[in-house]
Amino acid sequence: MSKSIHDMGWDELVLGAAVHSFKEEIDYNPSQVLPENRDYAETNSKYKYVGDWRVFKPVWNTDLCIHCQFCWLYCPDTSILSREKKMIGFDYDHCKGCGICQEVCPTNPKSIIMFTEQTEEEEALNQWPEKKGSK
Amino acid sequence: MSGNKEIKNLKAFSTAAERFEGSHVLCPGCAHSIIVREILNATNDNMVVSASTGCLEVCTAIYPHTSWDTSWIHIGFENSSTAIAGAEAMNKALRNKGRIPADEPEPKFVAFGGDGATYDIGFQWISGCFERGHNMMYVCLDNEVYANTGGQRSSSTPIGASATTSPAGSTSYGEKRNKKDMLQIMAAHGAPYVAQVAPNKWKDMAKKIQKGFDAEGPVYINAMSACTTEWKFDPADTITVSDLATDSLVFPLYEIIDGTELNITYRPKNIVAVRDYLAAQPRFKHLFTPKYEYLIDEWQKRVDAQWEYLQRREEARV
Ligand SMILES: Cc1ncc(C[n+]2csc(CCOP(=O)(O)OP(=O)(O)O)c2C)c(N)n1
Ligand code: SF4
Ligand code: SF4
Ligand code: SF4
Ligand SMILES: [Mg+2]
Repeated sequence: MSKSIHDMGWDELVLGAAVHSFKEEIDYNPSQVLPENRDYAETNSKYKYVGDWRVFKPVWNTDLCIHCQFCWLYCPDTSILSREKKMIGFDYDHCKGCGICQEVCPTNPKSIIMFTEQTEEEEALNQWPEKKGSK
Repeated sequence: MSGNKEIKNLKAFSTAAERFEGSHVLCPGCAHSIIVREILNATNDNMVVSASTGCLEVCTAIYPHTSWDTSWIHIGFENSSTAIAGAEAMNKALRNKGRIPADEPEPKFVAFGGDGATYDIGFQWISGCFERGHNMMYVCLDNEVYANTGGQRSSSTPIGASATTSPAGSTSYGEKRNKKDMLQIMAAHGAPYVAQVAPNKWKDMAKKIQKGFDAEGPVYINAMSACTTEWKFDPADTITVSDLATDSLVFPLYEIIDGTELNITYRPKNIVAVRDYLAAQPRFKHLFTPKYEYLIDEWQKRVDAQWEYLQRREEARV
C-alpha cells in the first residue's frame, strides 16, 4: 500500500476494507500467546490512549491483595494485568477509571481504592483506611 | 476437538491470553466488554466474530483501529447473524472441497447483537439462521434499550422503564409493554442449546458458553448487560446492579436443551426484593412516587410468576 492507513480518509477505503490486528499474517493462535509476545499492527486499538478519560484512578495496595482476580475478571477495559495467577498492576493507558475494580475487591480494607488522578501513589498509600468493622 | 479452556477457578481463568484489546470507546463501566472478555476467554479456539451495529460494534472499530484479536466482521444492524452464518457455510464448503485442509482446526463462529438488533430489527435473520441449523453461537447483549442511538425503547425494554421514546412523566409511567421472551422463542426453534447468562455469575456463564461451543447447531445466548448510561447508575456499580438483577430473579439464569429440557442453573441463597433492583436504577425512579408505586408490586408478582413457571417447566421436563 502506498499510503499509510492513518493518512487515508474513510472515503478512500474500498468496499470490504480490512483493518489488521496483527502485523502481516501470524502463524500462531493468539489465545496461546500472551499480548507481550504478539506482533500487533499499528491499527490495533491497544496503541491508542484513553487514560485521559479518567477523573479518578485506581491505586493498588500490594500488602492487602489476595490475588483473587475479581478485579481482573470484571474490568471492562482489559486494564487489570494478571500473569501466572497474580495481579501485577494496572494498564493506565487503557483504564478509564470506572471504579468497578474497587467495588468488587473483597478484602477489608479494599486493596484497590480510587483516588483523584493527580494523587501520587505514595500519598494515596499513606492515606489508606483502616480495616472496617473491627473492634 | 473442543478448544474449551479448563476453568477450574478464577485464578486459572485469569491466565487467559486476552483477545479483546483496550482503548475501545465503550463507556467506563460498560458490561458489553465484560461479557465479550468472558466469552473469548472461555475458548482457546480461533474465532470468527461478527457484530451488529450498536455500542459494541461502533466502539470497538473506530477507524482505523480494531480492538479484536480475532477475525471480525461488521455489515449492518440486522445481520450479524447472517454474516456469521455465511462464514460458517463457506468454511464448510471449502472443507468439503478440500480447500481448507481437514487438519486445520475448526474456528468458533460467534455473532454479537444488541437487544435492538436481536429482539426487533434482526429478528427474522436470526430465525432463518436457526431454522437452517448453522453451527454458530448468537449472543444478544441485552441492555434493554437502543443504547447507541440514545436510549429508545426496544421490545426488550421492561414495563415501567423510562426510555427516550417511552418517557415517564405526569401522564405515563414509561414503557407500557412487557419484555419479549426471546429465550423461549429461540428454544421453540428447536435449538440444541439456549441459555440466559449474566457476567457477574461468571462461572455459570463460562459453563454455558462452553456447553454452547460444544453443541452442534445454532446456539442462542441472552446475556444481561447492565448499561450504566441508559439504566443511569454509577459506572462503578455495574456488577452490584447485575447482582441485584440475578438475585431478585428479574434475570433468572437457566438453560433449555433441545427446546424442552429446562434447567435452572442459579438459585440465589437470599432472594432480594425486586424493589431493590428497581431502586438501584434511576430509569425506574418515577416508580417510587405515590402515583406509580403500585407498579412495583405488579413487578414483584410478575417475577414471582415467572420463577414459578420456570420451576414447573424444569420439573416437567417438557
Ligand atoms: C437498519 C438500521 N436502523 C437503524 C440504525 C441506527 N442504529 C445504530 S445503532 C442503533 C441502536 C442499537 O441498539 P441495540 O441493538 O440494542 O445495541 P446497543 O447499542 O444497545 O448495544 C441504531 C438504532 C442502523 N444503523 N441501521
Ligand atoms: S480484587 Fe482486590 S484482592 Fe482481588 S486481585 Fe484484585 S486487588 Fe487483589
Ligand atoms: S477503574 Fe475500571 S477500567 Fe480502570 S482498572 Fe479498574 S475496573 Fe478497569
Ligand atoms: S451506552 Fe451502555 S451499552 Fe453503550 S457503551 Fe455505554 S454503557 Fe455500554
Ligand atoms: Mg441495546
